[in-house]
Amino acid sequence: MAQQALFLIMAVFTLGMALGTVTSRNIFHSALFLVGSFAGVAVIYFLLEAEFVGVAQIIIYIGAIATLIIFAIMLSRSVTGQNGSPMNRQWAFAALGAALLFAALAWLFSRVDFGSTAQPVPEDAIALIGAGLVTEYVIPFEVASILLLVALVGAILIARERHS
Amino acid sequence: MVPTHYYLILAAIIFSMGALGVLVRRNALIIFMCVEMMLNAVNLTLVALANQWGNLSGQVFVFIVMAVAAAEVAIGLAIVMAIVRHKDTINVEEINLLKW
Repeated sequence: MAQQALFLIMAVFTLGMALGTVTSRNIFHSALFLVGSFAGVAVIYFLLEAEFVGVAQIIIYIGAIATLIIFAIMLSRSVTGQNGSPMNRQWAFAALGAALLFAALAWLFSRVDFGSTAQPVPEDAIALIGAGLVTEYVIPFEVASILLLVALVGAILIARERHS
Repeated sequence: MVPTHYYLILAAIIFSMGALGVLVRRNALIIFMCVEMMLNAVNLTLVALANQWGNLSGQVFVFIVMAVAAAEVAIGLAIVMAIVRHKDTINVEEINLLKW
């Protein structure tokens, strides 16, 4: 019962924050709403007994990605919000498209029958994930680390000032 | 116990909102944030299904997706910075050098 109440509260909170991100006129407010929606999703991860993913969400998304986005907003402050409406002219078609996308996803989910009971999550889930990352999923893990390294070197190369 | 369907519907709404933001906003940084929101919604779907089947592969996948999202943010913001320095605008309607 308490779980359902918490889910409802966090779902409404996350959706409100997501709506704020999409509709806010001030880009800095958008970024703060985005942090709120990340935090709401992190709480829902904890509700789903995925503690590892929840903590990773807080560290990576709120700690790193949101900070990086706010840095980018600060660095581009001179050119933001100088002219007119924050939306483009196709908003009606875009809203229709998003509504259709949601209707299709909802229809798809409503056709799946998961049965009555969920399988229990193993007690030592974090230990199993850790073991999985160095045994069964070692290749994706290593590829992800190389991808991150290459992406960071590339980001420095793209963003640096060129004096020529 | 909250049914798995509720989590999936919540993720679908967040994903649709992110798609709407990508389609309607003119500021490249906000389009960026909306892409992050869509990735987050997909992660939520993976975690909900991992919980449904009691299988941890979904959570490992989410971890890999987060690493890819971090790489994407680093590259994407670097490109935005380069465009700001080069063209003095962040409005995607004015960034049309490659537009046919």
